[in-house]
Amino acid sequence: MTYRIVHYINQFFAGIGGEEKAGVGPESRNGALGPGMAFKAVFGNEAEIVGTVICGDGYFAENMDEAGEKILKMIADFKPDAVIAGPAFNAGRYGTACGAVSEAVLKKLGIPVVTGMYPENPGVDMFRKSVYIVETSDSARGIKDAVPAMSKLIMKMLRGEPIGSPADDGYIQRGVRVNRFHDKIGAARAVDMLVKKLKGEEFKTEYPMPVFDRVPPAEPIKDMKNAVIALVTSGGIVPKGNPDHIEASSASKYGTYSIEGVQSADEVAYATAHGGYDPTYANTDPNRVLPIDVLREMEKEGMFSKLYDYFFTTVGNGTSVASSKKFGSEIGERLKKDGVDAVILTST
Amino acid sequence: MVKAIEATGIAVVHICTIVPISQTVGANRIVPAVAIPYPLGDPSKTHEEEIEIRRAILQKALKALMTPIKEQTVFN
Repeated sequence: MTYRIVHYINQFFAGIGGEEKAGVGPESRNGALGPGMAFKAVFGNEAEIVGTVICGDGYFAENMDEAGEKILKMIADFKPDAVIAGPAFNAGRYGTACGAVSEAVLKKLGIPVVTGMYPENPGVDMFRKSVYIVETSDSARGIKDAVPAMSKLIMKMLRGEPIGSPADDGYIQRGVRVNRFHDKIGAARAVDMLVKKLKGEEFKTEYPMPVFDRVPPAEPIKDMKNAVIALVTSGGIVPKGNPDHIEASSASKYGTYSIEGVQSADEVAYATAHGGYDPTYANTDPNRVLPIDVLREMEKEGMFSKLYDYFFTTVGNGTSVASSKKFGSEIGERLKKDGVDAVILTST
Repeated sequence: MVKAIEATGIAVVHICTIVPISQTVGANRIVPAVAIPYPLGDPSKTHEEEIEIRRAILQKALKALMTPIKEQTVFN
């Protein structure tokens, strides 16, 4: 028999448009579309993409419950045997949507589903425990590897074949432990590992420790009237012309700009460099992302003592965790040195 | 960025639209925003109304910065 598969993709991969179209709601089309054509080629006669369900990333992110329900109904209407979502690579909102749709398909329709993401995609942490997420590269250039890996996994599920380990089948660890028999008992394996470690040889742990990357909440501001507050944004607001050439995505740097005496982030002097959302509204009034105007009013009213003389800005679009950490540490050190008490960080 | 700044001991409030992403990444004080392309505004409203929206969010942010917390908290 030929298995019936439905494919979930965003507005970009459907060819509807980029960020300016991210607000489009769910829609359903017959047959394969965009990356679905690559899946179709791999499936051959064994499976067929009977339909494609599309939703704008912005629409999904802002209407998760309602969009999720609509999308699930559109998927169910095709009476599929399985669903594939994405791959979303390192697109955060797309990854979140693919993960949420996949989880809903599993829970409500009870049929196999596979998605694909880059390990740093925020959708991974949110959904890797419930959904099989094939590890992909960070950009659409990785589609060539992602399609065969996702196809292989979904076909295994459809045929009822056992799913191998994450390393064998190319998906991201789900935190599931599987029993299996070893030739040597645990104590012997542990001693082997220890000997290798003492010799300085490479060894592979059987239980990698999870990374608890959390920071304890800082102490609150006790005396707000005397506090200095700094403004930071990942929404890409920069002085017009983007003097430091901060990249529209995967930013490698942040900017530090004086706002001494600036009363408003007006559209004459500021604009956004962000390539991950529709810039129309931010460019019409940059205060919508970098709220200098109201903070100045609040400063005058004495709600806090002073708005720090500089703001820090970067583009949080596909920017790596390593870069973001580095930016944050540098900004934090400087603010600490300058006696800043608290930070307001805005994100788009 | 939120975490790395907070790691220096300075309190940070994260104003963002997609709260689940902020929670996953590990911000401690979170204030929900209006929408992705205009977190602190609303182009469908008049300028005066937008200022009010912006002020309300920023007042929540100041309140969040003054509130002692032990774990991730969303200030609605």
